[in-house]
Amino acid sequence: MANFLLDNKDLQYYLDHELLKKIVTLKENNFKDAENDESAPVNYDDALEGYNKVMEIIGEICANTLAPNAEGVDAEGPQVVDDHVVYASGTQENHDMMKQAGLYGLSLPREYGGMNMPLAHFSMASELIGRADAGFSNIYGLQDCAETINEFASEEQKQEYLPRVSKGETCAMDLTEPDAGSDLQAVQLKAHYDEEKGTWILNGVKRFITNGDADISLVLARSEEGTHDGRGLSLFVYDRKHMAVKVRRIEHKFGIIGSPTCELVFTDAPAELVGSRKLGLIRYVMGLMNAARLGIGAQSVGIAEVSYREGLQYAKERKQFGKAIIEFPAVYELLSNMKARICASRAMLYETANNVDMYKTYFHVSKKRKLTPEERAEMKYHTKIADAYTPLLKMMSSEYANSVAYDSLQIHGGSGFMMDYPIQRHVRDARITNIYEGTTQLQVVAAIKGIAAGTYEEKMKEYEGIKCLAMNKPLLERLTNMRKQYEEMVSYVTELDNANEFLDFHARRLAEMAGHIIFAHLMLRRSNTSKVEGDSEEYHTLTNIYLNDGEAKNNGYASYIKSVNVADLDMFRDIKLDK
Amino acid sequence: MTKPLKIVVLAKQVPDTRNVGKDAMKEDGTVNRAALEAIYNPEDLNALEQAIRIKEKYEGTTVTVLTMGPPRASDIIRESIFRGANDGILLTDRAFAGSDTLATSYALSCAIRKINPDIVIAGRQAIDGDTAQVGPQVAEKLNFPQITYVENVESIENGIVTIIRRIENGIEKVEAKYPLVLTINESAPVCRPRNARRVLKYRHSKTATELQAESNDYICDVRGCRPHLTITEWGVADIDAKAEELGMSGSPTKVKSIQNVVFQVKDSKILTSSDNDVQDLMQELIANHTIG
Repeated sequence: MANFLLDNKDLQYYLDHELLKKIVTLKENNFKDAENDESAPVNYDDALEGYNKVMEIIGEICANTLAPNAEGVDAEGPQVVDDHVVYASGTQENHDMMKQAGLYGLSLPREYGGMNMPLAHFSMASELIGRADAGFSNIYGLQDCAETINEFASEEQKQEYLPRVSKGETCAMDLTEPDAGSDLQAVQLKAHYDEEKGTWILNGVKRFITNGDADISLVLARSEEGTHDGRGLSLFVYDRKHMAVKVRRIEHKFGIIGSPTCELVFTDAPAELVGSRKLGLIRYVMGLMNAARLGIGAQSVGIAEVSYREGLQYAKERKQFGKAIIEFPAVYELLSNMKARICASRAMLYETANNVDMYKTYFHVSKKRKLTPEERAEMKYHTKIADAYTPLLKMMSSEYANSVAYDSLQIHGGSGFMMDYPIQRHVRDARITNIYEGTTQLQVVAAIKGIAAGTYEEKMKEYEGIKCLAMNKPLLERLTNMRKQYEEMVSYVTELDNANEFLDFHARRLAEMAGHIIFAHLMLRRSNTSKVEGDSEEYHTLTNIYLNDGEAKNNGYASYIKSVNVADLDMFRDIKLDK
Repeated sequence: MTKPLKIVVLAKQVPDTRNVGKDAMKEDGTVNRAALEAIYNPEDLNALEQAIRIKEKYEGTTVTVLTMGPPRASDIIRESIFRGANDGILLTDRAFAGSDTLATSYALSCAIRKINPDIVIAGRQAIDGDTAQVGPQVAEKLNFPQITYVENVESIENGIVTIIRRIENGIEKVEAKYPLVLTINESAPVCRPRNARRVLKYRHSKTATELQAESNDYICDVRGCRPHLTITEWGVADIDAKAEELGMSGSPTKVKSIQNVVFQVKDSKILTSSDNDVQDLMQELIANHTIG
């Protein structure tokens, strides 16, 4: 039977990888839970065996239900009926099957009905679903909201909402408004406390809300009258049972059509405050967005994977000039670069997931017992890496998803432009990944901290210290030189007077340079350390392919950076078409 | 008000004959089991789904899966538990080897008598033999009424089971009292997927034979071999069966010879895209009423 996990050896590697053992041991309370809970694993190997079986179910459902449904979902789309969302029939079938298979609440704690699995596996589920039906990976991935509830809500709220998510109730995060997109500080939706009813009441409009008619919604609203910035915003949880939010319309979109993007009208909607007032945006939503960005990273890898497979299959089957087109350098070069980008993105995806999981797991442990000073230091370290890696992952993997889908369509030639082939859907689905949950340009802004504070450099140097196979030494040398070039560019940009705007101007280039080096290091590390047969050689080659492209780009960026100085910014600012 | 029911599902592990390659048969004409993956007989999964639906509808109802086969057929029981069955019994004994449908249904009926269920549900037929005999034979031996080609169990009220069955030109709605035997048609709803929670909870379920084979089983050490982790195994001695009616001696069916039939396309015709060829084809298809 077809299975998206079992047919993907590259992905299987991340079922047991780097930090996972430590994460699982911490999450499972050193496997003491097994004494009282028959579902709890008794040791690390036992845990992995169980996780693998769960992931296999997801792989099977993705291949046999979600992927075959995707075309129909794309054609049918969701509808608004009596102010509420009705999913496309295929989407409903997908959701019902995922529910029946008990696949919601994957990484929620067992005490709330979850399976206590690592974040890497939740990300893997999103990747697998992204490959099958990108739109559906939003509906599944919005369980991120439950993680936020688990982190910041009261025990009472956790008892109320988390078991429901574990059973398959859906979530939404209601942030965006007509005048508050990238700039969420401008959120207007009004929250006031009704003394008589003893509850918070929400009034206003939200726009572009994915899965807006969800069972459980986290809503960012202005709780402090008269304020105008982020410090006046709080986070609320709204329960659909109140039926006080109407879906005014579903957007007509270019891609991810199965995922309903809603305009919502809140009319005296009762809601509960999550955590403390005024921390809505500055603390909770930032955490939520980071989780969502990791999710988009996973979705991007999934879309890239399916696009690559479509392109590869077409290139093998399509014959021109008497041979399969895959035999032409122009085509096999495209395909090899596509593959290298996917493998690089995937390496970064699970590296980021594990770093996020490390600090979040420590955060949850810290609620039950006092962390040791070493543990506190470790938590701080992984928080730093997670914060630096998440925007880099989101930016690079979503841009790669676009480039891979684009190149795959190109390989299809004229056929790719026809609606008959699935590649057109993947191109459309990919196009949102570098826009929502923070555009690429905003990821760059988030990455500046990692550039300026030297976090990326620190990691590059750490990777340079990994024991290197002889065949990989030349690659490591090139990477070391690329790091030096990157350092040089960072100092050039940051050491000038009036550096802030200059840094903003070149930040995308610097972030991409860092990305190429770090992604390549992660692939090289796999080549150096993998125990999977054939992996060392394959990853040696993939790193080489990726590096050829990345190195050339970094040289180009270095040349660009050197040729644009601070004074030139005026030139870019002032050039106007109507002059 | 329907009292809790006891349901037995008959399931078989079969070689996957749906995607047969060149090496599917051995030289001597027997099935090359090594080349074909062992799977859950598809219509038995439809049967399991019907049983789980009844379990969900009528509180307290239990579903026990009964399978006869070699020790590795315990996979069928685990798979059933993952999808919602309560437990399972593996009928395994060298004395069962070589059973035809008669000996199989005898052994199964002896085991069912011990379990004493209200309803026995089986798939219509297995994809290895395609006889569709075991379900009906079991019913006869138990002296239970039987309903075949079942597509859906609509309701069970006051001891009456209402059933939709697939017949040649439509569907038929029938009623019966239990105990009874149902055989489920492939057009019945497909079986639900494995449930992740159940997989995590029951994945270490093993038969006594399997536990012995893995005497160093760490799971068994740590968990103290909890009862739900053991799959019941029954041999001849456990089912009060007469030895002469089992296995080879209880099987009147004798295979005289086996022919290896390879389907081949004969009399192929090559058509070009010329108008004449298309015209000829059109006329031929109209003449034999394929179109028009």
